[in-house]
Amino acid sequence: MLSRVADSLYWMSRYLERAENTVRQLDVTMGLMLDTTGTSAETRWQRLMASLGKSGSPEKTPGMEWNGDLDAMARTLVFDSLNHASVTFCINGARENARQVREEISSEQWQRLNRLFHQMHSQHAQAQFRSSINDSLASVVDGIHLFKGVSDTTMIHGQGWQFIRLGRYLERSYATATLLEVYQADMFQEREQDHSGYQYLELVGLLRCCTSFEAYCQVYTADLSPDRILEFLLLNRDFPHAIRYCVDGIRDAIDAIQRNGGRRPPEEFTAVIGRLHAMLTYTTVGEILAGEPGAFLHSIREQCMRIHEFIYRNYVQYSIQSALAT
Amino acid sequence: MEVDSLFGDYPLDQAFDEMREPGGALRPHYRALAETLARLPQEELQRRKQSAELSFLTQGITFTVYGRDEGTERIFPYDLLPRLITAQEWDRIERGLTQRITALNLFLRDVYSDAKILRDKVIPRELVYSCKHYRRQMRGLQVPRNVYIAVVGSDLLRLNTGEYVVLEDNLRVPSGVSYMLTNRRVMKRTFPQLFHSYGVRPIEHYSQLLLATLRSLAPEGRPEPNIVLLTPGVFNSAYFEHTYLARQMGIDLVEGRDLVTHDNIVYMRTTDGLKRVDVIYRRVDDDFSDPLIFRSDSSLGCGGLFNAYRAGNVTVTNAFGTGLADDKAVYAYVPDMITYYLKEDPILPNVKTFLLSDDKQRQHVLANLDKLVVKAVGESGGYGMLIGPQSTARQREEFARQIEANPRNYIAQPTLDFSRAPCLIGNHLEPRHVDLRPYILFGEKVNIVPGGLTRVALEKGSLVVNSSQGGGSKDTWVLEQ
Repeated sequence: MLSRVADSLYWMSRYLERAENTVRQLDVTMGLMLDTTGTSAETRWQRLMASLGKSGSPEKTPGMEWNGDLDAMARTLVFDSLNHASVTFCINGARENARQVREEISSEQWQRLNRLFHQMHSQHAQAQFRSSINDSLASVVDGIHLFKGVSDTTMIHGQGWQFIRLGRYLERSYATATLLEVYQADMFQEREQDHSGYQYLELVGLLRCCTSFEAYCQVYTADLSPDRILEFLLLNRDFPHAIRYCVDGIRDAIDAIQRNGGRRPPEEFTAVIGRLHAMLTYTTVGEILAGEPGAFLHSIREQCMRIHEFIYRNYVQYSIQSALAT
Repeated sequence: MEVDSLFGDYPLDQAFDEMREPGGALRPHYRALAETLARLPQEELQRRKQSAELSFLTQGITFTVYGRDEGTERIFPYDLLPRLITAQEWDRIERGLTQRITALNLFLRDVYSDAKILRDKVIPRELVYSCKHYRRQMRGLQVPRNVYIAVVGSDLLRLNTGEYVVLEDNLRVPSGVSYMLTNRRVMKRTFPQLFHSYGVRPIEHYSQLLLATLRSLAPEGRPEPNIVLLTPGVFNSAYFEHTYLARQMGIDLVEGRDLVTHDNIVYMRTTDGLKRVDVIYRRVDDDFSDPLIFRSDSSLGCGGLFNAYRAGNVTVTNAFGTGLADDKAVYAYVPDMITYYLKEDPILPNVKTFLLSDDKQRQHVLANLDKLVVKAVGESGGYGMLIGPQSTARQREEFARQIEANPRNYIAQPTLDFSRAPCLIGNHLEPRHVDLRPYILFGEKVNIVPGGLTRVALEKGSLVVNSSQGGGSKDTWVLEQ
């Protein structure tokens, strides 16, 4: 498979995952703002920006500083296609990448993504957003889910599909780690003092950000506690939004790419993935909490970035000299 | 509905009408089509039209219009009625094109090797060497099977005598074949019964023929050649076609940045490392193909490509420098080439062409600019053109000045009243001017899929069929009988 094509598929997938994540987190944050707790709307918004990883780059994400007008800010975060944090920006990016590999993806995939793209740019979407933000956000998530569905059912599960998975799981691991890192400080602070319903709502919100409330309840019942949530979102083997599951997915995808004719990853590459995998497989939540959970989460993010670099170095931007030598 | 009431504003004049005889009677082979249309209720006809259009839309069959910021992807307008060509007419076209392409290919080989035709003064030396598409780098270079022009799309017109003439040969990177193929697919769904009853010759195997042609031109010693299609990228107006053909043939669609050369071998960057490329079906102009040899500011091509090509390690098709033979001034000499190389009379005639580098012809043309069509020799796509009868005095002055400044750059032709075919305009049939672009493949031998792309000047009275200038297309049915 052409390196450029792999690159486009990988980014198409990452952008869509990012769009979905943004929509979900925005939805949850706005829901939480309805309850008047000690946490101010401003703090919530800043936390949202931090967990989307957007707090550090105001030049690319103008208008994301809290200004009190929540509706306007939410609309910017969804529709402003010039704003790098926005959902529309991500969907544009996904579609642009797909357009460049039109011959690699199925017609169904293209049509789905195209429809989602046109939906984001339609008058109707703006009107729907004004009348019901929830419906509007839900329809975006639906569009993305449909795309993932046709991707899985209409595309050959060869290298291209594996690069799509790789993009999805890497983006998701990184986003979930960021989210947990932002939330963990508050999560464990409030544990002692508050037994009103507010903390419950906060924790449900955190789980909802990862569409994991129902899954969590199946495993632990509705008895929400911060350490269990951390355990579930970090270490669960079977839940697709848990970081461990995603890292397993990354490992699988890399193996499958090699089986399908991709380059053999160098040892340092497999070592990075192996280390992260081992970290999530053989550490207990007790050990994490005994140490520094923030640092642990931060280290996951760093390792994700290293994996991304290795993906580039191995499949996309490898040096010609080294490729000629083999 | 009676057949007669189908016709709205349907004037017949001296231009050849594809469907009706000068007296107004239907031509025999169009009768079944007209009767079917007359039998269909209006709503049904409109429904089929809409369904056909929707099908183009959802498939994303679009082209890019240059010079507009937004909405640059457009759907290629499509007319519902097929253009019919009888077996007899087609036989002549096919023989004529085969002859013409064979001669043009011999001409290219000759000019880039011994240049006998120039020595024998059949074509003026100066005319060839002053052509902006002449590539000195091609001199003495051996191309696989001596095939310079593997993929060709020639434009034919039908004059009021009913005779087909060649307007131009597109020997560089002709486009439009994907519209021919998708038109057919939509048409078969829109009028299945009619299609069946007509006995139409198939065209669907074009992609397979193209692949076989490309394979036949692979460098020696490469029995399983890696064939790729080189596109300028997503911003090119024909990008849809590039993706379509690559998918139909099952080959990789590459951009210049995917390619690297090393030791005169071309590789593409894959996730499995570098993979050798053997045949490049090039949809990038000469100028942009190799910044080391041609335009150095181009980022669309691949540095070192030409040297690899020269070394015989990769086939690039069409070859470089083929634009020489579709230069509109060199065009005037194609009948002479046919006689010179093949010792045959041309089967398909040329359009009368005035060469403006000739003083006498130029004076004649300048005096009659309002009656003639003037074209820049190296342009295509309907750009750089003056249609005398439809021009303003100011435009004519402008062209006259340009002609005086650089006469070699222009030719003139009479304004042709070429044929018209019925199109569905609103609820009625109206005639519109059409041309025909058959697609010719030249590998082991010359192959032409029956028909081609019929382009329509959808605006009433317009003579310009180019998609970039408001043209559309229709399916072309070559009948078995």
